[in-house]
Amino acid sequence: MAVQKPEELSKVVYTFPSTPWMDTPVEIKKGIFCWGNKEKSLKAVGFPNPRQWSVTDEDWKLPDNWKEIFIEGLRERVDKYRSFRLFLDICVRCGACADKCHFYIGGGDPKNMPVLRAELLRSIYRKYCTTSGKIMGKVAGARELTTSVIKELWYYAYQCTECRRCSLFCPYGIDTAEITILIRELVNLLGLNIEWIAGPVANCWKTGNHMGLLPHTIIDIVSEFKEAIYQVTGLKVDLSYNRKGAEILFVHPSGEYFDPNGNVTFMGYMMLFHEIGLDVTLSTYSSEGGNFGFFTSNEMAKRLHSKIYAEAKRLKVKWILGGECGHMWRVWHQYHNTWFGPVDYLEEPVSPITGTKFENAKSNKIVHITEFTADLIRHGKLNLDPKRNDKYVVTFHDSCNTSRAMGLFEEPRYIIKNVCNNFYEMPPQTIRENTFCCGSGSGLNASENMELRLRGALPRGNAVRHVRDKFGVNTLANICQIDRATLQTLVDYWAKGVAVRGVHELVGNALVMKGEKERTTDLRGDPLPGKEGE
Amino acid sequence: MGILFSFFAVVALIVVVFVGVQGANLHYLFGVIIPFAAFITFIVGIVYRVFRWGKVPVPFRIPTTGGQQTSFPWIKASRIDNPSSALGVAVRMALEVLLFRSLFRNMRSELRDGPKLSYASSKWLWLGGIAFHYTFLIILIRHMRLFFEPVPGIIKIAESLDGFFQVGAPVVYVTDVVFLGAVTFLFLRRVVIPQLRYISLAADYFPLFLIGGIGVTGVLMRYFFKTDVVGIKELTMGWITFSPVVPQGIHIIFYVHLFLVSSLLAYFPMSKLMHMAGVFLSPTRNLANTNRAELHVNPWNYPVKVHTYEEYEDDYREFMKSAGLPVEKE
Repeated sequence: MAVQKPEELSKVVYTFPSTPWMDTPVEIKKGIFCWGNKEKSLKAVGFPNPRQWSVTDEDWKLPDNWKEIFIEGLRERVDKYRSFRLFLDICVRCGACADKCHFYIGGGDPKNMPVLRAELLRSIYRKYCTTSGKIMGKVAGARELTTSVIKELWYYAYQCTECRRCSLFCPYGIDTAEITILIRELVNLLGLNIEWIAGPVANCWKTGNHMGLLPHTIIDIVSEFKEAIYQVTGLKVDLSYNRKGAEILFVHPSGEYFDPNGNVTFMGYMMLFHEIGLDVTLSTYSSEGGNFGFFTSNEMAKRLHSKIYAEAKRLKVKWILGGECGHMWRVWHQYHNTWFGPVDYLEEPVSPITGTKFENAKSNKIVHITEFTADLIRHGKLNLDPKRNDKYVVTFHDSCNTSRAMGLFEEPRYIIKNVCNNFYEMPPQTIRENTFCCGSGSGLNASENMELRLRGALPRGNAVRHVRDKFGVNTLANICQIDRATLQTLVDYWAKGVAVRGVHELVGNALVMKGEKERTTDLRGDPLPGKEGE
Repeated sequence: MGILFSFFAVVALIVVVFVGVQGANLHYLFGVIIPFAAFITFIVGIVYRVFRWGKVPVPFRIPTTGGQQTSFPWIKASRIDNPSSALGVAVRMALEVLLFRSLFRNMRSELRDGPKLSYASSKWLWLGGIAFHYTFLIILIRHMRLFFEPVPGIIKIAESLDGFFQVGAPVVYVTDVVFLGAVTFLFLRRVVIPQLRYISLAADYFPLFLIGGIGVTGVLMRYFFKTDVVGIKELTMGWITFSPVVPQGIHIIFYVHLFLVSSLLAYFPMSKLMHMAGVFLSPTRNLANTNRAELHVNPWNYPVKVHTYEEYEDDYREFMKSAGLPVEKE
């Protein structure tokens, strides 16, 4: 698809149709929506209504009793989630959330204002679940559920990245992510998903990871990483898989096996583990920390993630260490323990190198890699040469999930400041808890919706460009595989000349390893500062 | 449509009073029965709604974290915006409920050519909200003088502070002026700001007109029509002693005021005004971020179908062996 130039695309017109939103039927636009799920992807996990269908068709081939399924599903969920019922009940439409959404800022579609995106469902809730809505109808803000409304719900549920920025500003803490998650669950009951999510879910169910990588393929990929590390350091770094009795199980997003930016982040982990002699193993079965099931339904998320603790138990490890990923950490931090706890077959995590007890992870036994590494640095256990990263002028992109569902702000910054000499923050309104989504989260990192992604990335791109122009920033560090895989395209568009890098890639560059040869290149094979002629 | 409907709904309520009180002489109905019924609806309705919410489980601990987590002693945690203790949560909730903390964060974004996106602090909604809610509260406290004999000192203090800027007689209360100003502001922003105009429903305008109507009739009564305060107090004391009498000669404007208040009370439990109670229950605010440190139990957690390691190994055993990976079954 030919995408407009940034100057054109950013001329966003914030106008409103002359008709009220309820009387303005949804217009499904190319470049905004993702392809609908394939029949086989739903079949693979036993999801309802598997069939071939196309978003652009008039008939979406819903089951005959679609209305009943949807309304029953809605009624069931407002009795299961206090958040959901409350958030449908108490919004006063004050509008504080309107201009907090990256999709609204960059796209201008009124139904992408978080308040209105939620009203799409609230109007149905009022009609079928409240007395005033049943009696007063439109005056009470209620409307009839039609197939056109179903299409609208589907279209806008896949234009929200569940980043929770609006929930920070809402005076009642109404979380649009919660609404989006449940709308997606409801449309999934009718067999309506997107292939970019349904495909990885099917893969993950079968092979243990979204990419569909088979065990031997993972081993092959890692031997390539070993070779690349050997070229740079002269060291033979090993990494074990499916090894019983290791102290720690390491789980990370499988995208790191696949995406070039992720590859180098993964090499950073490998070098770190080797250097400190960590007794760690990985698993080909539990080869995905990410969870596209979370973008489908609570049940699917739980089904996909059960393998992690199961594998930790089978391998008899003491605790689990987790790699750099965004939504994986939302799931691990806020859901995992509740789904599978108490996890009494594992031990409370203690760093074997520093002896630090990770008190904040004592119940679910999963430690974030940046917590682990920051602790190592703090105790002086790593020999670091930040000059090797001197060509990088770095800024840090806080990922939505680790920010607003965890509060992991200082740990990655502490690491970056120890492995890089040049670090500059983006404007405060765009970082930490105020951070903007990359525009591609929650399973929307497809290519057919590129216009949506570019629009959604405008606020982040704008902030990156600001520090690029002001401080000469050329590197956007982050701790999320979706960021690494998607932001490069988006930053190339909005803030050319900035490269996207995982934090542990920077660690790998700066790490002075015992017995290594004098390095002349960084992990990407580019010459180190001062070694350009060699 | 929402605006006109709501406006005329409130006008209709006023007409009902004129017809009922002046036309049909139903003083007892409008002075006693309706206020009682409305009050009971208000209490029972709120209790019911809160009970209804309370009955729904909180399956997951999902606080929205607005600051640094508690991890290491050498990293300063944000104990209020990202609380990890009950005290932290209590302070966060207190700031939220009493000072509208989240609304105070509000910022405006502006997209200019270039593109250049800039942000500016925007506290008008916060200020309007604070002004509205607090003046409403003080006015409510002042009204408590109608239910005590003698009037407690604390109410008298509130009154004298409120009337500090005395302009003529009767004393003009600051809160009356600010309250009407705040209601007007909250209404105007809905009409003037295009985003708000587009999202506003009748359910947003109706309470504003109703509350505005209550404010205006209150002011008319106090400053212009000089209603019979002694008679009114006789009525209100009658309510709380459950021996209601309806004194003769109370001005119709009082009945209008009372009926609008009754309408507000009755409407309250079925409306968005329930945010008053709901905010206390919001799971993104009232839970501590201790997710990995303490187990949160979901009462309806149920076993799900999983793909086991054994099934995985059965699918890929040969590949695993060829790659030198250990297997459970040879």
